Amino acid sequence: MSLESKIPAGPLAEKWEKHKFNVKLVNPANKRKFTIVVVGTGLAGASAAATLAELGYNVEAFCFQDSPRRAHSIAAQGGINAAKNYQNDGDSVFRLFYDTIKGGDYRSREANVHRLAEVSTEIIDQCVAQGVPFARDYGGLLDNRSFGGAQVSRTFYARGQTGQQLLLGAYSALSKMINTGKVKMHLRKEMLDVVTVDGAAKGIVTRDLVTGKIESHAGHATLLCTGGYGNVFFLSTNAMASNGSAAWRAYKKGAKFANPCFTQIHPTCIPVHGDYQSKLTLMSESLRNDGRVWVPKDKKNQKITAANAVKLPEEERDYYLERRYPSFGNLVPRDVASRNAKMVCDEGRGVGVTGLAVFLDFADAIKRDGKATIAAKYGNLFDMYKQITDDDPYEVPMMIYPAVHYTMGGLWVDYNLSTNVPGLYALGEANFSDHGANRLGASALMQGLADGYFVIPYTIGDYIATLPLGKAVDKSHPAFAEAEKAAQGRIDKLLSIKGNQTPDDLHKKLGHIMWEYCGMSRNKEGLEKARGLIQELRVEFNRDLKLIGSNEELNMTLEKALRLEDFLELGELMVIDAHNRSESCGGHFREESQTEEGEALRKDDEFNYVAAWGYAGEGKDPELTKEVLEFENVKLTQRSYK
Amino acid sequence: MAGETINIKLKIWRQAGQGKPGKFESYEVNDVSVDMSFLEMLDVLNENELKKGNDPVHFDHDCREGICGMCSLYINGKPHGPKHGITTCQLHMRTFKNGETIVVEPWRASAFPVLKDLMVDRTAFERIQQAGGYVTISTGGVPDANEIAIPKTVADEAMDAAQCIGCGACVAACKNASAMLFTAAKVSQLAVLPQGKAERKRRALAMLEQHDSEGFGACTNTGACEAVCPKEISITHIARLNREFTRAAFSGSETDYTN
Ligand SMILES: Cc1cc2nc3c(=O)[nH]c(=O)nc-3n(C[C@H](O)[C@H](O)[C@H](O)COP(=O)(O)OP(=O)(O)OC[C@H]3O[C@@H](n4cnc5c(N)ncnc54)[C@H](O)[C@@H]3O)c2cc1C
Ligand code: SF4
Ligand code: FES
Repeated sequence: MSLESKIPAGPLAEKWEKHKFNVKLVNPANKRKFTIVVVGTGLAGASAAATLAELGYNVEAFCFQDSPRRAHSIAAQGGINAAKNYQNDGDSVFRLFYDTIKGGDYRSREANVHRLAEVSTEIIDQCVAQGVPFARDYGGLLDNRSFGGAQVSRTFYARGQTGQQLLLGAYSALSKMINTGKVKMHLRKEMLDVVTVDGAAKGIVTRDLVTGKIESHAGHATLLCTGGYGNVFFLSTNAMASNGSAAWRAYKKGAKFANPCFTQIHPTCIPVHGDYQSKLTLMSESLRNDGRVWVPKDKKNQKITAANAVKLPEEERDYYLERRYPSFGNLVPRDVASRNAKMVCDEGRGVGVTGLAVFLDFADAIKRDGKATIAAKYGNLFDMYKQITDDDPYEVPMMIYPAVHYTMGGLWVDYNLSTNVPGLYALGEANFSDHGANRLGASALMQGLADGYFVIPYTIGDYIATLPLGKAVDKSHPAFAEAEKAAQGRIDKLLSIKGNQTPDDLHKKLGHIMWEYCGMSRNKEGLEKARGLIQELRVEFNRDLKLIGSNEELNMTLEKALRLEDFLELGELMVIDAHNRSESCGGHFREESQTEEGEALRKDDEFNYVAAWGYAGEGKDPELTKEVLEFENVKLTQRSYK
Repeated sequence: MAGETINIKLKIWRQAGQGKPGKFESYEVNDVSVDMSFLEMLDVLNENELKKGNDPVHFDHDCREGICGMCSLYINGKPHGPKHGITTCQLHMRTFKNGETIVVEPWRASAFPVLKDLMVDRTAFERIQQAGGYVTISTGGVPDANEIAIPKTVADEAMDAAQCIGCGACVAACKNASAMLFTAAKVSQLAVLPQGKAERKRRALAMLEQHDSEGFGACTNTGACEAVCPKEISITHIARLNREFTRAAFSGSETDYTN
């Protein structure tokens, strides 16, 4: 099977404009005859649901929280990029495009990324019009900052709560459309399956998390806006209930899963402190602008405490990022910083009780700029750190360690954001589309809102216009009953196992396997071993899972088990993909593919493609389809931060 | 101090479902690391209970970073526990003493019925929001973001109000179960910004009407809400909401006041 990316012909900068003109339109009076199912109401889903309803479509929207405002998007701190060039510092659509392609290590499509950069400016206009209180300077205009090592200041922000304010903006637009009746919002309902009829998506099956009721919802098209799957690792910076189930269920119904092994591991998170740990907290990347990263030179000082670190003489410290990367220093990209932290800890020079941490030290910055200046920049982050660890970063160095943060992989989509299953779309973090092998800071929020506000409202018409007018999707089609029965069957099966291990016990085991063999650094033997271990763990899950209660009630253990069952399969696909891609690129580091200096080595001759995996049936190896990437506007170079 | 552990006793409200009878149950959790968060301590309790064959204590949570507003819990008689300016998920066990008994209850307000154990239904907030918590514009066709300069002080004031996470602690703390702080925060954010001015009258009236019809009580200015709000939303926003309401109720058109 070949995959058609449907990238429009013509010069890069004109593709989107031309495409918007060429896509089929649905007559305004006819839109009301179509229903769109939107699963997930984070940035991508809320913006899509609101906009489609404004255009006249009927929308059925779903989230598993008790409000759309609580989607995981709410937690984004840093900011959102846009090529406004308000700072007159040389930014442009092309530069944002170029930075994003390069940052993604040349594993994304030129056309998609250029479109993202183009619509980025409209996002900011839209959000301001909604009343999103972005930071402003004293002249009353919008303020920007440089983020994640970018050479220009193009990041818009709202204190440390940018994701929150953008989501509340999208949520307000959604609320407005719920009030008009054009959107029917389903809260605390979790999608368990996609329903396909003659190969096209016609709706979903959900479980009401309060009553346990399994029910079908039909639509002419279905959009999955269900976020990323970082929680396959158990510990990540994602919210507790973030999961990969919707994408996974779509995969099992025929949608391709692209580049599943591309995960982003963020270098500045608060280290793990015990087995009871439930999630990891991100400390903003901005801290690396002033903090210096170091570990002791000598292994005898492994596990040194922060309090003792203050007394360690300068000549006994190794500022390893500054040493290895003199030009970028502490500001090397996320993947490089993460890998180096792992390396020094593997050498036995990690700090803190577990030896799995490095210092991020502000002593020099405080000496140089004064405590007040540092407090003005990072005060809230320092407070948060103290709140969690009981250590005061003004007095002792912070301890940080990398943690899983974001998944670049996701459902394969074409230029229209359509999966290969007709009528099934994927938006936001749930698709694979724009970030290649590594995502730049402040560009996930941009992508979610671009997809929802400015891309899907155009591209969905191309499909809807091909459907027969006035024909409602028939929920009495046997495909719906079958999908409901299958969902119920899955639940009954899990409830009947009656073993001894809780979903968390098993999920932690999966997390360890993934982190050990498919984390910051990967190799052939390890990945092969991991695949076997995951298969064994699945057997263990099916034999020894412990649940309690019934389906017909609020049952959080059952919810966890259902999500975990999907993670146990998705984890294996990630390992298969990582095994197949024996090059290093972006967040994916294969030990076999490195330069003499130990830096990542990309292999463009062999791997210049998107790996799209298709489900081949229970117990069968997935099928790989390669979408070869073509670069006409940028020259592929190896990244260097020396 | 790192590495230190404590033993605690818990008295937790258990209720099988909405409208079902509930009661306090007692539990003990030993060897609790003081570095654990309060919710991690409940995770440990729940894992223990599940292994014993008992239904775990249900509570709402998601981000565990103090931003999604999902977590709730009335801890020792205070919404979000004894510390100021944080949510339950940001509370750590070092706040408690060895041997201490901690009482945990759901938010209590008739507009927030209990769904199970410590989980409540806060969808009344959704309907208040839907009644008018937005600027009525559609996607596209809006002016350039820098077309209107907004004084930094105004933007900051809007941001102060916009920080509300919709958790409902203000309602839980209020003897009248009033949701005025929540409602005022949204009205206030949009009333101070130029973008929100065109429909401020309609917004204030609609949101207040919805607030009342959901069964939330009236505000009698006790300030209990402000004291427990994890985002330190100030009750001055309620004063602004009252002004908005008065002006809206006694003026004919949207535009005959300018402030
Ligand atoms: C701590 C943190 C900080 C970040 N900071 C930044 C930043 O500064 N800048 C930036 O650009 N990006 C940042 N990111 C990344 C960014 O926040 C996310 O990638 C983005 O918000 C994802 O948005 P989304 O709409 O795709 O998905 P989400 O916001 O994750 O929404 C998913 C939605 O799907 C629903 N859902 C999921 N599964 C189901 C199901 N089975 N049934 C029904 N509903 C379902 C959920 O209820 C939710 O509504 C950060 C991420 C983290 C973890
Ligand atoms: S005003 Fe404060 S207490 Fe009330 S819902 Fe908002 S954040 Fe929670
Ligand atoms: S769990 Fe999100 S605020 Fe507490």
